[in-house]
Amino acid sequence: MNDSVSLLHFAIAVPLIAAFATLWAGKLGRPAVQIVSVTGFAIPTILAIFAWVSYSPDVAGGYDFVTRHNTGLESVGISLHLGLNGVALPLFVMAAVVGLAAGLYGAQSKAENLSRYLFCLLVMQGGLMGVFASIDVFFFYFFHELALIPTFVMVGVWGGRDRGYAAMKMTIYLTLGAMLSLAGLIALYVKSGAESFDLITLKEHLSAAPLSETVSNYAFGLLLFGFGILVSLWPLHTWAPLGYGAAPSSAAMLHAGVLKKFGLYGLIQIAVPLIPGGVGQWENWIIWLALGNVVIVGLVTMAQRDLKQMLGYSSVMHMGYAFLGIAAMSVIGVAGAVIMMVAHGLTVALLFMLSTMIHHRTQTFEMEEMGGLSKKAPVLSAFFVCGMMASIALPGPGLANFWGEFGIFVSLWQFKPWVLCVAATGIIISAVYALRAIARVFFGTESEDFLEVQKEHAVTDMTWAERVPALILIILLFFIGFFPKTISSSLNDALESEPVYATSEANK
Amino acid sequence: MPTDTLNSLGEIAATNTWGAIYPEMILGCLALLLLALEVILPKFAHGAIPRIAILGQVLLLGYIVIFDVSGGSSRVAFGGMVELSATTQALRIFFLLASIFVSYLAMVSFENKSLARIEYFAITLVVTGALSIMAMSNHFVMLFVALETATVGFYVLVSYFRQNPLSLEAGLKYLIMGALSSAILLFGIVLLYGAASNPALAGSSLDSMNFQNLRVFLEANPTDTLAIIGMLLVISGVAFKIGAFPFQIWIPDVYQGAPVPTTAFLAVSSKAAGFAVLLTLVKTFAPLSNVLIPVLSGIAALTILFGNFAALTQRNLKRVIGLSGVSHAGFLLIGVIAAQSVPEATNWVLFYLFAYLLGSMAVFAVFAHLPKAWDSDLDLDDLGDLAKRNGFLGIALAIGIGSLAGIPPLAGFIGKFLIFVAAFKAELFTLLGVGIVGVVVSIYYYFGVIKAAFFEVWRFTDENEESGTPSALPGATLTALGKLTIVVAIAGSVVLGFFQGPLGSWLSGQ
Repeated sequence: MNDSVSLLHFAIAVPLIAAFATLWAGKLGRPAVQIVSVTGFAIPTILAIFAWVSYSPDVAGGYDFVTRHNTGLESVGISLHLGLNGVALPLFVMAAVVGLAAGLYGAQSKAENLSRYLFCLLVMQGGLMGVFASIDVFFFYFFHELALIPTFVMVGVWGGRDRGYAAMKMTIYLTLGAMLSLAGLIALYVKSGAESFDLITLKEHLSAAPLSETVSNYAFGLLLFGFGILVSLWPLHTWAPLGYGAAPSSAAMLHAGVLKKFGLYGLIQIAVPLIPGGVGQWENWIIWLALGNVVIVGLVTMAQRDLKQMLGYSSVMHMGYAFLGIAAMSVIGVAGAVIMMVAHGLTVALLFMLSTMIHHRTQTFEMEEMGGLSKKAPVLSAFFVCGMMASIALPGPGLANFWGEFGIFVSLWQFKPWVLCVAATGIIISAVYALRAIARVFFGTESEDFLEVQKEHAVTDMTWAERVPALILIILLFFIGFFPKTISSSLNDALESEPVYATSEANK
Repeated sequence: MPTDTLNSLGEIAATNTWGAIYPEMILGCLALLLLALEVILPKFAHGAIPRIAILGQVLLLGYIVIFDVSGGSSRVAFGGMVELSATTQALRIFFLLASIFVSYLAMVSFENKSLARIEYFAITLVVTGALSIMAMSNHFVMLFVALETATVGFYVLVSYFRQNPLSLEAGLKYLIMGALSSAILLFGIVLLYGAASNPALAGSSLDSMNFQNLRVFLEANPTDTLAIIGMLLVISGVAFKIGAFPFQIWIPDVYQGAPVPTTAFLAVSSKAAGFAVLLTLVKTFAPLSNVLIPVLSGIAALTILFGNFAALTQRNLKRVIGLSGVSHAGFLLIGVIAAQSVPEATNWVLFYLFAYLLGSMAVFAVFAHLPKAWDSDLDLDDLGDLAKRNGFLGIALAIGIGSLAGIPPLAGFIGKFLIFVAAFKAELFTLLGVGIVGVVVSIYYYFGVIKAAFFEVWRFTDENEESGTPSALPGATLTALGKLTIVVAIAGSVVLGFFQGPLGSWLSGQ
């Protein structure tokens, strides 16, 4: 059974084709490479926005743009089944937009072997578009791995300090996470009796005949820790700050911003709906580990002196909120988690990009050696302040992050008020590190080291090549902040149609 | 009585359908043709002989794939000596494909070396034919004869670099270990024969070396101690071939010392032949599975762990790949065990073997193109900056290693994935856990190889570079034929990774 191709196929295939075209364009010189690669990033973004505007599923909460193709493993229960539902759509759009920003920033960077660098980035982008467009669980995993491999290469080849160690550590941790989640997915395939990796088929089989308590316990545990490692669940998070610290900015943007959401997306879209009993069995684990993310990693974040390391730790910290939103098992909690994933993806990508721009001007990531940058680079400082405010979910400027954290906190209040009390300390922690970072980097007097640097490198403000990717991210962040309904209504429909979230809502 | 014997001989003779083994016969004739050509052709034309060998094999492979891919119906020929099926036909294609790659590798490796060349190609052809017959064998006599033909060929191939002491050492080790394992295998066969020919026991038969007859006997006497010991000894002999724990000790030294083409031949074809025999034997020994399966499971787990952990500290390239091959044997064993209860897993094992072939051949082709006097000395440093100095070989290495490591979207991933699904279906949870540990550990050394080739590392300047003569570039001898061969291997790995297309129904065991 093969359907015609849909825009999702193009969104996945265009970056992959552009990747090889970019390699080839490497012979024609830098402008050709830039044009080909940016086209490869722009087309999926246009398609994703088109999908966002025209999304209208047949039933509320269902899938749109559905196609299915046999790649040869249909007899084993695997087919290329693509489609978007209300949970996948916002992440799909976010992946495309962050990809475009990372691509634009990467294309203007001074990376050695630019065409190979962009090749890796485009392959990653193709994988990311595939992750959120897949209904088939096998391809969901497959595309994730496809996006993961270039990350290792990019960290190892174009990375900064400690890149060899960082790349190795990331590879081993993430392979372990991926293998555990693969085992969990195979467990679902075999134990559901569906003999299929198709999410919809699996759902039908499992709602008719749920897993036994023991099986659901093991399967959910595998998925929780497998995905947990990939999302940097405490205490399995140590690869993340190290890896992001070493990664070149575009790779860090795509990984921290988008790829890391794979694990949470897997929990929300696959693990929890298919194994409704699992969350209850593992509830305490999720809560305590997620609080570890929020509080312990939060405190570690405060202690960072290196700007990029601090951003890496803060992104680990925010994942804790998403886990708590999932643990609450209510529509509002999970919806909050999804909105936070989208907003966090945009924010962290923006901040990683800005931190590299700061590095170009100060020649260091040490915050002690900076200061007073706002006088020389007011636009950069405005963007950075805006990004930091978004990151700590300040409600004021109408940023998307607020709606996410707000939804999570509301669900936690209904769920377990004491968890909310502990988690809320995270707000103070993030305010402390964010404001301190802003003050250290942009305000105050210029440090002696920074004055030294200025003698050799004249400090300029952001160029337009740097502003465009940052603006793209900021605009989407504000748009979702002011009009959260553009994603939340379809998200709500999708979650309401999921019995596990809807019923636990009714019980409260 | 004489008429009876004559009649039964006549019946057997009627099953001597020589056409059934035409590919092996053609391989044998081709081998003889090569030797004849060496005598007939003038010296300057000897360079064409390896090409004739490759061309002949490609034509044969093409014929089989286009006209005879399913191998016809399953049938028994030569009085029960061989049994042909779709599986043996797939293995035939496998051995031919591997042999083409090995012949190409030999062409590259023997350049600029003063050696007798033509014999290598002739022996490769004979060994390939023998391995193919070994996979089809349905009788212990046939199995043993085919096995010895192949092994004797390997004795020569392993020590082919006569001037290299490491190659000679490898040859000697392989000779001693090979002889020992043959002796163990033979002893097992004799015990089984003795047990199953005892007229006092039910199900005994005059021709008890035939696998079907043996199975009938084992079904009637599943607790016969002599038969169980015999089975364990036979399995041990086969475990030597596939390099399974604890019979893997010969692998690192022999793989390192042998010339690259021989290492590839051992790692791919010899191992696959072992698995082909194992798949048949596991079916034959099914009545004893309460002993066999725990033993095989233990071997599989230890093989995966040993292979991966031992490879961690290696720096010699061929030792790394050899030990990684040990762990691959462990994964394949999981598939063989799962095939007991999940029938389609047999074909998944074959798919894994094909993925392993393509990945390994890409890697060995890169090794063959690295400049080094003796390939036994290749270590991680020799890969330094490979990606910069020859991007094509860099990509080939990355895809080959990636496929061996089981990284999507490459064929090796689908292979491992199918093995894991089979293990889950067969409820082999412990082995699945060991497999996952193995994959994670393996990432470390596979990554080390990639790191050496792609990531910049600080190194001592090469002595030659200091003295002003830059060392030979990797891939300086790469020809159009070479590029084509490598492209076939890496394209195969990539395409089978996300489009299995026509193989789909075959994979589901239909």
